[in-house]
Amino acid sequence: MKPMKTIQVYDPPLCCPTGICGTDINPDLVSFAALLAQLGAHGVTLERYNLGQQPMAFVQNPAVKARLDQDGAEALPLIFLDGELYLKGRYPTAAERPGFFHAALGEVVKAPS
Amino acid sequence: MNLPCYRPDPARATRFLFFTGKGGVGKTSLSCATALRLVEAGRRVLLVSTDPASNLDEVLETDLANTATPIAGAPGLHAINIDPVAAAAAYRERLIGPMRGLLPVAALRSMEEQLSGSCTVEIAAFDEFSGLIGNPAMTAAYDHVIFDTAPTGHTLRLMSLAKAWDQFLDQNTSGTSCLGPLAGLQKQRAIYEATVSTLADAAATTLVLVSRPQLAALREAERTATELRALGLGNQCLVINGLFETKCPDDPTAQAMQRRGGSALAAAREFIGSLPSFTVPLRPINILGLGGLRRLLDDGDAAGSAAPEPAATLAAWSPPAMESLDTLVSAIEKRGHGVIMTMGKGGVGKTTVAAAIAVMLAHRGHAVHLSTTDPAAHVAQTLAGQVAGLTLSKIDPAAETATYQAEVMRAQGAALDAAGRALLAEDLRSPCTEEIAVFRAFAREVGQGAERFVVLDTAPTGHTLLLLDASEAYQRELERQARRTQPAEVMQLSARLRDPGFTHILLVTLPEATPVHEAAALQADLRRAHIEPFAWVINQSLRGSGSCDPLLRRREAAEQRYLTEVVEKHARRTAWLPWQPEEPVGPAALARLAASHLQPGRSLP
Repeated sequence: MKPMKTIQVYDPPLCCPTGICGTDINPDLVSFAALLAQLGAHGVTLERYNLGQQPMAFVQNPAVKARLDQDGAEALPLIFLDGELYLKGRYPTAAERPGFFHAALGEVVKAPS
Repeated sequence: MNLPCYRPDPARATRFLFFTGKGGVGKTSLSCATALRLVEAGRRVLLVSTDPASNLDEVLETDLANTATPIAGAPGLHAINIDPVAAAAAYRERLIGPMRGLLPVAALRSMEEQLSGSCTVEIAAFDEFSGLIGNPAMTAAYDHVIFDTAPTGHTLRLMSLAKAWDQFLDQNTSGTSCLGPLAGLQKQRAIYEATVSTLADAAATTLVLVSRPQLAALREAERTATELRALGLGNQCLVINGLFETKCPDDPTAQAMQRRGGSALAAAREFIGSLPSFTVPLRPINILGLGGLRRLLDDGDAAGSAAPEPAATLAAWSPPAMESLDTLVSAIEKRGHGVIMTMGKGGVGKTTVAAAIAVMLAHRGHAVHLSTTDPAAHVAQTLAGQVAGLTLSKIDPAAETATYQAEVMRAQGAALDAAGRALLAEDLRSPCTEEIAVFRAFAREVGQGAERFVVLDTAPTGHTLLLLDASEAYQRELERQARRTQPAEVMQLSARLRDPGFTHILLVTLPEATPVHEAAALQADLRRAHIEPFAWVINQSLRGSGSCDPLLRRREAAEQRYLTEVVEKHARRTAWLPWQPEEPVGPAALARLAASHLQPGRSLP
């Protein structure tokens, strides 16, 4: 058995997890939310924080705080796999999602540059 | 029909009382008068306005805020205005305030932007509303809590939200929602559940449906009664406010007014008989201040008997210059297309004026579309017939929401698997979705004005303000987004509303204190949003009616100061419309109304 990974997502301020309540629908966010649900079903531990609702979580994570101080809100979303920064400033695209999926399941795949 | 007079009985009053009904029917006056009766019987009463365009301040002659304010002269009475925009600001501050100094300014600003949307505004106001009903600790200091609600559409939404959120949270599987992470919502959920059950408890809650002796107002009361009964609010009664009986058998105006009221009541006989119904007689003046409120529910016409017989003032006064509706339309029609919006307090005749303008434009050969953003509108009944060149529609929140949900599922759901689609569908069931769907429909209707005339009958002020506020917040958010997933008409909305050649806004009012002051406040809000109203329309004026009924003559005399105030202080152009002996329904009556002119000198009997 491979050890299960932990995914941490620090979202920009969102209305709801897929962002469809907002002014703008981001297809990558919708697909990413669906992907997370799938990974959760596979037993991956998920932690998702929304700057609009849980700002304290952003302050308490030094890596997140440092990114925010440096790049402002543009740094978000920040996606971590087992505490390692995986993607910054955007959600995985259609081409990147399979890679993310495998990586999150603990299979060895190169992170996007 | 012989109905008893409305006399609130302290011995039988429930803990919660909701006054609702069409705009302008007297919800504020009656809820205040009821509160005073209860206070005089030794009860402690909290009076709450949930109308974003509340007049509670003016009627109580007290500056109110979103915390309980004692009312001088009525010991035991406190009042609150739940202002959704202020509530949203407080809600934002609760989240952002503690983060100052901890997060960089840019992050705080992005939080603030996200929390400025219509979703937050709605949730914040709803939280305050449900807290007062569902959280006993908040109202422990009072024996009764009386809600003076916004006009029907907004109120139905507020009341149904308790159930909607309760169900949404119940069925939610993703663990998060627009309200925040579900784990932190247990307290909130308990409050929503308590709100739903308190509303349904006949021993705790009474719904007072307020109406005028008018067809449209009675129909709306009936519709509200049905919809709220479906939500569980079964303990209902009806108060028909402003019933008029003349003492002058030979006065055609007074006779027509009495007949108009009588036939409206006769038409609604079945509804009136289906629940406990009461009446309040028409008063000669507007009810402002505690003195007037106390007399509102007195016997006879005590409320105005102290006023002098106005014959002298009526004869000596000549009104300021005002136009007819058709001269306004002549100015508007030059461009051949565009948007005309009627705005103002509920019950002032926005629908009638919108329909009259639409009929007039169609008669002049233009392609015209008449639509409404009012969830409780009666456009179709007012038009009551076909006019060549004129089409009709209505923004129906439920239908718009369903269309929007289907559209998003089609566009975004295609690339997802079944579980992803289920997640998306779940988020789309959030009550917030309706806000977006209605907003997009509004932008779509405005967008049609690029090819033809679009006449938009808007909802009462508060609801309209929230829609415009949402449009501002949307614009700000849209401007910083790289993607353009919203239709072009959404992107263009703000610019179109601000273009005085494209959009003509008519502020409709009655020649009375509250509707004039509400329209003036609305004008100030519009100007802050860089939207300049084109003209004011004074509707249902008794000026020149030639009535000799003492009560109507006092009302006619009372109009003078408001006609002057509108023309001299508020309006760039003013059109005047007379009170109509018959309700202006149907194309012919609407065309006649639009052509009415104020004839100098006709007022003398």
